Amino acid sequence: MAADGSKHNTEDYLRMYRQMVRIRAFEDNANQLYLSAKMPGLTHMYSGQEAVAVGICEALTDDDRITSTHRGHGHCVAKGADFKAMFCELLGKAEGYCRGKGGSMHIADQSHGNLGANAIVGGSMGIATGAALTAKLQKTGHVAVCFFGDGATAQGLWYEVMNMAALWKLPVIYACENNGYSEYTKTEEIAAGSLTARAEAFGIEAHSVDGQDVLAVNELAQKLVARARKGEGPFFIELKTYRYHGHHVGDINRDYYRSKDEEAAWKTTRDPITNFGKWLEGQGIVTADELVEINNEIKADAEAAVAYAEAAAYPPGEEVDAHVFAGVDHALTYIDGAAK
Amino acid sequence: MTREITLSKAVNEAIAEEMRRDETVFLIGEDVAEAGTPFKVTSGLVEEFGTDRVIDTPISEPGFVGMAVGAAMTGSRPIVDLMFGDFIYLVMDQLCNQAAKTHYMSGGKLKVPMVLRTNLGATRRSAAQHSQSLHALVAHIPGLKVAMPSSAYEAKGLMKTAIRDDNPVVIFEDKLMYNDKAPVPEEEYLIPFGEANVLREGTDITLIGTSSMRQVCEKAAEALAKDGISAEVIDPRTLVPLDEPTLLKSARKTSRVIVVDEGHRNFGVTGEIASRINEKAFYHLDAPVLRLGAMDVPVPFSPALEDLTVPTPDAVAAAARSLVAGEMTHAA
Repeated sequence: MAADGSKHNTEDYLRMYRQMVRIRAFEDNANQLYLSAKMPGLTHMYSGQEAVAVGICEALTDDDRITSTHRGHGHCVAKGADFKAMFCELLGKAEGYCRGKGGSMHIADQSHGNLGANAIVGGSMGIATGAALTAKLQKTGHVAVCFFGDGATAQGLWYEVMNMAALWKLPVIYACENNGYSEYTKTEEIAAGSLTARAEAFGIEAHSVDGQDVLAVNELAQKLVARARKGEGPFFIELKTYRYHGHHVGDINRDYYRSKDEEAAWKTTRDPITNFGKWLEGQGIVTADELVEINNEIKADAEAAVAYAEAAAYPPGEEVDAHVFAGVDHALTYIDGAAK
Repeated sequence: MTREITLSKAVNEAIAEEMRRDETVFLIGEDVAEAGTPFKVTSGLVEEFGTDRVIDTPISEPGFVGMAVGAAMTGSRPIVDLMFGDFIYLVMDQLCNQAAKTHYMSGGKLKVPMVLRTNLGATRRSAAQHSQSLHALVAHIPGLKVAMPSSAYEAKGLMKTAIRDDNPVVIFEDKLMYNDKAPVPEEEYLIPFGEANVLREGTDITLIGTSSMRQVCEKAAEALAKDGISAEVIDPRTLVPLDEPTLLKSARKTSRVIVVDEGHRNFGVTGEIASRINEKAFYHLDAPVLRLGAMDVPVPFSPALEDLTVPTPDAVAAAARSLVAGEMTHAA
């Protein structure tokens, strides 16, 4: 672990540990829902990347905004979301964060500043930068963090908005989770040169950090967020991490693009939760038994939330044309003038 | 008090008034500040509101439209200037996948109060990539409102409504009308969306014209009057929402309808409006509803060719005479 322990108190450490375990527990349950055919559609697992979302989101307030990706459950949990409303959303239930209209790939939690997952790779780069523009114009002191993967660095939109963010010194942090794979293709096959150099070409300060080390991520995030608030942004962070599952839950046989040995090596030696747990033990902050207790408590929470979501009601049919337009109860009568 | 001002001035006034009224409103786009856009629509705004609220961007349409979406989601009310309607293709993801769907995908929790103002219209000798009328593309997408001002009066009233709307609104101004004057009140007014304007009452045929096709229809109606044909002329003013009741009422009254729009005819606005009239007023009709749109070819450069591609008053009047005379025939 890279961090200087004196900068944190025990409470912060344990919260970070718990948040990482909560993400893992959420994903384990989401995966089971898919495998048991209880979840409509499919989903993309965040497992393995927990230290990225937690390390960064722990440096943010509820008023700071994030934009998330199709692999977005981790960001949502880390930003403070509740298990029940999340599982309800994954199952298309009315009590979901988006009343069942978004699902896994569009989950948003406005109450904690999560502007939403996005199913277009790189699609939220403009949104995050625009949130930072509002922060600057309205002098709110808020920061926006744009999460995206290495695959999204191939989208032109990123270069357009980085250019403007740099020109206008916007309080936005571009957080690239480099998990080594752009869907089913190795990153080195889709990315020429260096990712940090791309940001640096715009005069943006760029950092590369071990995305499996929550303290290293958090330490860097704390510094950059504080500087962004003072108008020293934008910043770019490349977080080197690993995706335990396939591109999505149905991507089971993936020998053709990566080996089981490689996956096993990351899981056994680089796991962000196991390694942070060991560090906490080593520092005398927590005992092995206490970690097991935390893990079990969170596991039980997640299972209870799944049971709650399974029993929850679907949205009524009449909501299908609600929320198309703000201020319009039913879009279908609105668009043909019948509601006039 | 009413004075005559250009469409360009009307848009400028609407933006300035709303920026004075609400400091969360800002204008963003290419050359909107000192340059005032190539059409000089936004001239003078940067002098009053400064560069924080009249923001010149690099030539990065998807980038600044995406940023407007994010700004709108977080408490700003951006007006995006998209220099030519043809550039809509560049911003389709941000407009149609992001702006249009955010409110719905979030179950009503997030709002995107933004205006995208752009233009349409051929015969400016600007060839295929600066002359298209692409409003049907966005009118097709649930979650976007679409306004089509037909004169300076509509341009101002619809723009003010758009800026106050909590949804993404796309406004298409006809770039050939920027210097056209019309009476515009000095005092404040707004034009609600979804209220068509019956410009001329008639009994024999209804001419529905969007944007500058309104003037084409009005000229056709004048010519038809000389032939003793009484044409009703209606400007829908907004496509989404569409004031169907007013259009249907007229169709039922006159029993004949021609829909005129400068978008391509294939799969376009004219087909949509004609179809709604067929579905809901069929038994009141004495003739098929006709569509006159831009010819289904890319817009050619040569004036000799370009002028053939857009509906003209003569073409509308000829079609109307044919309908009224009962000359519409069907292939066997």
